[in-house]
Amino acid sequence: MSNVEVENDAQHHAQHHAQSGTGERRLQAHFDRTISHNQRIEPRDWMPEGYRKTLIRQIAQHAHSEIIGMQPEGEWITRAPSLRRKAILFAKVQDEAGHGLYLYSAAETLGADRADLTERLIEGRQKYSSIFNYPTLNFADVGVIGWFVDGAAICNQVPLCRSSYGPYARAMVRICKEESFHQRQGYELLMTMMRGTEAQRQMVQDAVDRWWWPSLMMFGPPDSESSHTVQSMAWRIKLHTNDELRQRFVDMTVPQAEKLGVVLPDPQLRWNNERGHHDFSTPDWSELKRVIDGDGPCNAQRMARRRAAHEEGAWVREAAGAYAAKQAAHEAGKKRQEGPAG
Amino acid sequence: MTDDHVYLSLAEGSEEGEARWAFGTGFEDPLHGVDTAVPEELDSRILAAYCLALGDDALVLAQRLAEWCTRAPELEEEVALANIGLDLLGQARLLLSRAGQAEGAGRDEDALAYFRNADAFRNVRLAELPNGDFAFSIARLLVMATWRLALFERLTESKDPVLAAVAAKGVKELTYHRDYTAQWTVRLGDGTQESHRRMQRGIEEIWPYTGELFTTAPPEREATEAGIGIDPATVREDVEATLRQVADAATLTLPVIPTLTASPRTGGGRVGKHTDALAPLLTELQSVARAHPEATW
Repeated sequence: MSNVEVENDAQHHAQHHAQSGTGERRLQAHFDRTISHNQRIEPRDWMPEGYRKTLIRQIAQHAHSEIIGMQPEGEWITRAPSLRRKAILFAKVQDEAGHGLYLYSAAETLGADRADLTERLIEGRQKYSSIFNYPTLNFADVGVIGWFVDGAAICNQVPLCRSSYGPYARAMVRICKEESFHQRQGYELLMTMMRGTEAQRQMVQDAVDRWWWPSLMMFGPPDSESSHTVQSMAWRIKLHTNDELRQRFVDMTVPQAEKLGVVLPDPQLRWNNERGHHDFSTPDWSELKRVIDGDGPCNAQRMARRRAAHEEGAWVREAAGAYAAKQAAHEAGKKRQEGPAG
Repeated sequence: MTDDHVYLSLAEGSEEGEARWAFGTGFEDPLHGVDTAVPEELDSRILAAYCLALGDDALVLAQRLAEWCTRAPELEEEVALANIGLDLLGQARLLLSRAGQAEGAGRDEDALAYFRNADAFRNVRLAELPNGDFAFSIARLLVMATWRLALFERLTESKDPVLAAVAAKGVKELTYHRDYTAQWTVRLGDGTQESHRRMQRGIEEIWPYTGELFTTAPPEREATEAGIGIDPATVREDVEATLRQVADAATLTLPVIPTLTASPRTGGGRVGKHTDALAPLLTELQSVARAHPEATW
């Protein structure tokens, strides 16, 4: 999941450093030209330090979101009510682990280290999308997360397939394809549940009521309060504003909700013919701020789980390292014995 | 890729029964081109009981693997353990479906998975033991994969064409499961002192349950006589040889596999005598389905 909501924070740490020297000026000019021609920056290319740092944070936060995002749905794999749903959900959560892997790899192409990024996550120094700090209370949540949360993630991420940084853009292409699949699977679960019993229909509506507003908040604060978007847009690591993407998500979701037969929990939601878009109420931004600051319903639980997995796995990672070192020493010893090649 | 066609494709909504909804769950259809009618010369009661036992092994172990989700020591292991869990879940679905079909009482994979109690499950007890640490889980999975692979290699010759096709697909999956767990057994056994101690302990903890794998219980005896199944006693030597090879490379010591008889008196999962770990596992697995017995999912 992308987290533009927290990326603004990253901008503080990525101030544009004054460049000096003609060599650097030439490199900067070349970089600027590459960006302005919509061409891609690749790992070996020169890039300004601010660009590198901003990207590392953005990609790391996205990777962390994938990994933490496994938890709310992962809770239901063991309880999925049919074996087909169990397989679909298990595969989806596995895909998220895979997305986390590609994204950490993309961050590593910028000189970051996965172990270090993981430390930053579990020490609370880097954030993840606040949507995952909400609980999953019934099985319809699995469907609604697919429909809303994956849907919102796709709105955020499809433009990033054209991001200026090559490895990130390429990771996004694959991730978006899989997420659009997850979105359809989620929606199909909800369609099936809506055709089922009254209790199932109530579960779907309940899940829609709980996830709608947090999903709208996934796009980050309103543009009027998001003063750091400008540099990211200039660097083409962000291509649309938060409000544009939010609007796109609402417009995309309303007809889907109608077809499904659920009510989106916003009495102000209606089509505006003049704008050619749906009008909708303003989300409670103080809630977003509270959840980002750590006071959401599940922040502590999500972090505790991630930390426990990391700590309980430490001996395994150490063993793998020790074994690899022994093997390498063994190989080196063999080479020495064989002597210089003949 | 332009933004537009991705959005358009999402906005199309869903049509019922689209085949591609199953994409991503990893099911190439192993029964493609296979005649799924139960052959007349086979005793369908025996076939049902045998498929149920093999299906339950896979279902219960897949459930234990699902419990690892978000708890693995590294992301690569998160992905690998989920892969193995998904493979086993796929095997469980095919085998339980076959069991239901052979039984002929209208029970499908979900009726068998969600609406039987612990004493009706026929999995070996090794599958149901709680996960323990990573070493315990790897030890259990290594033994289960090596054993199941030996069975499936031989089941490709089963007189039941469906079971033979399921086994042929399973061989590829189980070969990966065995290799993955063998590599981890070696890494942990020959890694640090701590990992060696844990891996050795994991093996010792699962060991009392290994005898059951090679004990011929009634469903297996009947299936073997009918040419449907494999007598697990006949794979003991091969499995043990593989396990010894892995243990040697891992600097670990394997105890001797205990010899048991599975009778209703002495117990064993194949005759419905389980440890106290199975009932809570099933309570969780079945909770939503049983809370909404009229629902469709």
